[in-house]
Amino acid sequence: MRLFLAVLRRELLIAYRNSADLLNPLIFFVIVISLFPLGVSPSGPILSQIAPGVIWVAALLATLLSMDSLFRSDYDDGSLELMTFSREPLVLLVLGKIVSHWLVTGVPLAVLSPVLALMLFLNFEGAWALFLSLLLGTPILSLLGAIGASLTVGLRKGGLLIAVLILPLYVPVLILATAMVQAGAQAVDYTGHMLWLGAILAASIGFAPIAASAGVRISLSR
Amino acid sequence: MLNVNHLSCERDYRLLFEDLSFTVNEGEVLLVEGGNGAGKTTLLRILCGLYSEYQGDVDWRLSETPVYLGHKPGVKDLLSARENLTWLTGLYQSDITPAQITAALWQVGLKGFEEVLCGAMSEGQRKRVNLALLYLLDSLAWVLDEPLSAIDVEGVANLESCMDAHLARGGSLILTSHLPLSLSRPIKKLRLGN
Repeated sequence: MRLFLAVLRRELLIAYRNSADLLNPLIFFVIVISLFPLGVSPSGPILSQIAPGVIWVAALLATLLSMDSLFRSDYDDGSLELMTFSREPLVLLVLGKIVSHWLVTGVPLAVLSPVLALMLFLNFEGAWALFLSLLLGTPILSLLGAIGASLTVGLRKGGLLIAVLILPLYVPVLILATAMVQAGAQAVDYTGHMLWLGAILAASIGFAPIAASAGVRISLSR
Repeated sequence: MLNVNHLSCERDYRLLFEDLSFTVNEGEVLLVEGGNGAGKTTLLRILCGLYSEYQGDVDWRLSETPVYLGHKPGVKDLLSARENLTWLTGLYQSDITPAQITAALWQVGLKGFEEVLCGAMSEGQRKRVNLALLYLLDSLAWVLDEPLSAIDVEGVANLESCMDAHLARGGSLILTSHLPLSLSRPIKKLRLGN
């Protein structure tokens, strides 16, 4: 457990010192969303209707964009190899990396999303539902993405392959989350959606780190 | 300490070695020799469980994991020498104090570089941060892949005395090196290829 905290500390310190890379997914997220009023229509009713889907797709792609770097630098400099010799299970270290990835990409996306939601004329209740859905959904994206990142880290051009591997797994999350935001915007009860997202999150916390650490071992044994 | 029986490995349709058997006991050195591409690194990775496409038995009699230091130093550019070493030793043991880390960095000749980011260091200095692990860890088995590359003459002498101390306390050492190595104990040699 102490090693889990050590990974978290190390990852956050590296992220802090590398803050330019850190901002990339966030800037991508904002740019993509702000292009929609220009490209589709500036009218309120249209924008508020597409807002949940647009924001969620942008968040999903922003996460996917940052996923490739999860294990990449540790693989390149040999840290990943040394991690497999650790006195505590590799699963814990991988989970630590995933949690820190979520803290530096998922959480900022969720925090920023209500502002962008209001820009797309989503009402206040919808923006709140969006915030909650991203808070529950982005950790799932980080967890599932880690599986793809672990399997492709040994390849030179793994970026697109991650998308192909992982996007099908992201689809249920996308459907549930956008339905939740739409329900929120229409003042319909969305507890059911939240419970479903929570269930997927719980399942992925349990299984994704195990799958990702197995993927890391496969990628290293080449 | 290590028993290897009938080890064979084929890689990319090429037989690297076949029916390899050897033992390494306490206080012994095994130098794996061979040309480039002969399978030295693959053999060391098999011994450490990093590569699993082989036939045969690898049997360590050890309570702790062997220390494996490969070609890549495992040192992060954005962390200082001290932060890197604290993290790396933490992977193996929880009882290393900051004072010990400072002492180890001094021993590998990095006095004054403790708080310098490793990204600002030379290749050899990064390698030295990695080698400082050897001064800190209790493990009795060392598996070192080209530990002398990028290290200067003085550093090599330092490392040799560190290896001697390790062997004297009953440790064993398996390594590859293209550079000549002078240790106080006799060096067992294993030649790969042909």
